[in-house]
Amino acid sequence: MDTNLALVLVLAPFAGFLLNVFFGKSLGKSVSGAIGTAAVVVSFVVSIVFFLQVNQSGKAVQVNLFEWMQIANFKLNFGFLLDQLSLLWLLFVTGIGSLIHLYSISYMHDDEKMHSFFAYLNLFVFFMITLVMGSNLLVMFIGWEGVGLCSYLLIGFWYKNQDYNDAAKKAFIMNRIGDLGLLIGIFILATLFSTLDYTTLKLSMTSGMPLNMHWVAVAAFCLFIGACGKSAQIPLYTWLPDAMAGPTPVSALIHAATMVTAGIFMVTRMNFLFDLAPSVQTIIAIIGAATALVAATIGLVQNDIKKVLAYSTVSQLGLMFLALGLGAYEVAVFHVITHAFFKACLFLGSGSVIHALHGEQDMRKMGGLKKAMPITFITMLISSLAISGIFPFAGFWSKDEILMVAFEHNKALWIVGSIASIMTAFYMFRLMYLTFFKEFRGTEEQKHHLHESPALITFPLIVLAALATVGGLINLPGSTWLNHYLAPILSKSGHEQHGLTSEAYMLMGIALVGAIIGIGIAYMKYIKQNQLPDEDEQISGVNKVLYNKYYVDEAYEMIFVKPINFLSRFFRDYVETALSAVVFGFAKATTELGYYGRKLQSGNVGFYLFAFVLGVCAIISYLFLAH
Amino acid sequence: MDNVLNQIGIENYIFLSVILFCIGVFGVLYRRNAIIVFMSIEIMLNAVNLLFVAFSTYHQDAQGQVFVFFSMAVAAAEVAVGLAILVSIFRNLGSIDIDNLKKLKG
Repeated sequence: MDTNLALVLVLAPFAGFLLNVFFGKSLGKSVSGAIGTAAVVVSFVVSIVFFLQVNQSGKAVQVNLFEWMQIANFKLNFGFLLDQLSLLWLLFVTGIGSLIHLYSISYMHDDEKMHSFFAYLNLFVFFMITLVMGSNLLVMFIGWEGVGLCSYLLIGFWYKNQDYNDAAKKAFIMNRIGDLGLLIGIFILATLFSTLDYTTLKLSMTSGMPLNMHWVAVAAFCLFIGACGKSAQIPLYTWLPDAMAGPTPVSALIHAATMVTAGIFMVTRMNFLFDLAPSVQTIIAIIGAATALVAATIGLVQNDIKKVLAYSTVSQLGLMFLALGLGAYEVAVFHVITHAFFKACLFLGSGSVIHALHGEQDMRKMGGLKKAMPITFITMLISSLAISGIFPFAGFWSKDEILMVAFEHNKALWIVGSIASIMTAFYMFRLMYLTFFKEFRGTEEQKHHLHESPALITFPLIVLAALATVGGLINLPGSTWLNHYLAPILSKSGHEQHGLTSEAYMLMGIALVGAIIGIGIAYMKYIKQNQLPDEDEQISGVNKVLYNKYYVDEAYEMIFVKPINFLSRFFRDYVETALSAVVFGFAKATTELGYYGRKLQSGNVGFYLFAFVLGVCAIISYLFLAH
Repeated sequence: MDNVLNQIGIENYIFLSVILFCIGVFGVLYRRNAIIVFMSIEIMLNAVNLLFVAFSTYHQDAQGQVFVFFSMAVAAAEVAVGLAILVSIFRNLGSIDIDNLKKLKG
């Protein structure tokens, strides 16, 4: 029963993918969209069934399908593990996935390749479910690679634009670098423990047996490199902002809510491993905090509405890694969930705005949309309040937890995290003010066409905004449902819930005041003083550095891309030329030899016979002389 | 049989077969008539057969003689095929001079 249900959960989106790939075109746009959405909804319903079951019994459901491979004493089953962590992930992957599929029916309706869009989306959900449900690291790796592939396909969905293709390639290559790290980590673990199964690994690591700590730490670090690639952390984060080339629902689904959380999922999954390597945890925390700050500063000056959201995603992911590095896995998971709600809502809202403006993404040409698009405005406002950490929205609780943990462990990290949060509040409200307030700054023609998006677009927005409002309830300080729920999968007994001490209240207050300061600065600048961001040419000073993303792309171009290109060109121009000269030389020599040798075949039988006899004589005399 | 071999001596058989073989070789190399070339080949074959038989008796081992029977049977078949080819060549070219067979010139 469990096996069948689990298979339905995994294969429903895959069936949707196959249907859309093979019959999508003939079925028509609405049907293909409905199939794609229904497939994910099926998975969502099955996830809920499993979730209720596991939540009640507290026991994980293990499904073993078949023995995958057995090499010497290394044995691997192909199976699924439905425990508290994977079910939590499944719930929001399939849940938010369903909403975004629904949204895409309307958003992508004018696109001629809508059926392949839904096919890719379904394939993505299929791989994401595989990633989350796998019972060992190798099954997870299948999903891990699969989501990378789908990300490539979807970023480059409008493949006629070369920039978009480049962005897709960049995302793919950056991810490959991380994947290599992940793979090496998996190999090290396989060598150390001769298994990759989560439960067995956990047993052998927590049983207190003597372990080779050095290699365990190396494995943890390699896995973290993999997480860096997928979850866009320094130094592999640059692909995520470029990934905004894809259609907006893709940004919402893949680059905000699901795929980028794979790294956090993996680290949480392997928490017993990371707990054994405190030095790696420190690295994770520092990189997380650095990413949060760097991305937030870049987000301050971006003018493309989706780019702002992209950098805010990177920044929030950084905060999650900060929590992971401090060993507060359940806090990171909490923020993943709330972030999935409000970031999906923000992206879908920005999609709604872009849709209304016929593809305009520059905030300098927006403004005053509040009246034309009230639902989009209100849902986005709620989500912005949530991401800024305003009481009582979801983001307040989760972000506050992270900052509280940081405060306990390391004040410096807390300061960095808090500054990043203040910046978040600032750039989110900068986005809101520029987009929805004041007068409309676009063309007259656009102004006439301004309209609220249809119900298929606004419905997911409303649901997500509602979740962004109340999502914090699952882990309020004091009522700690999430902590208890996740306790079985964490090796340390979950992070001790802070009693509501005065210190906790003080931190909440500081976070809240910080957020309000951020919003206040944005208000002063863009409402009171009525400023507009400068045109591209006029940007100068610090802003210019930030606007150009610290020139990181250019630096990578100089440090990695150029030398590699140079090396490739060197190999192409010299090494390959030399090699092919040798190969061609042999061919040419053979041809020449044949050309002259041809003359021996004179057709003179007498000559042949003579040669024959001479040859026999030569062979015989050789045989006699040799002995 | 021992007497025959003793009277004449093994080395004379060897000389005879070497002479026969060389006659065959020179016949193959110098004659242009395909039938004579063919006959020369047969002489070479029989020279070898003779040597076989002689050594077989010398070593008191019947294997050599058995082998000669096989070789004669194969030679008979070869003659049949070879002559058939020659007839066919004659029909096509009107001559059996091997110098005329230059169709395979490279």
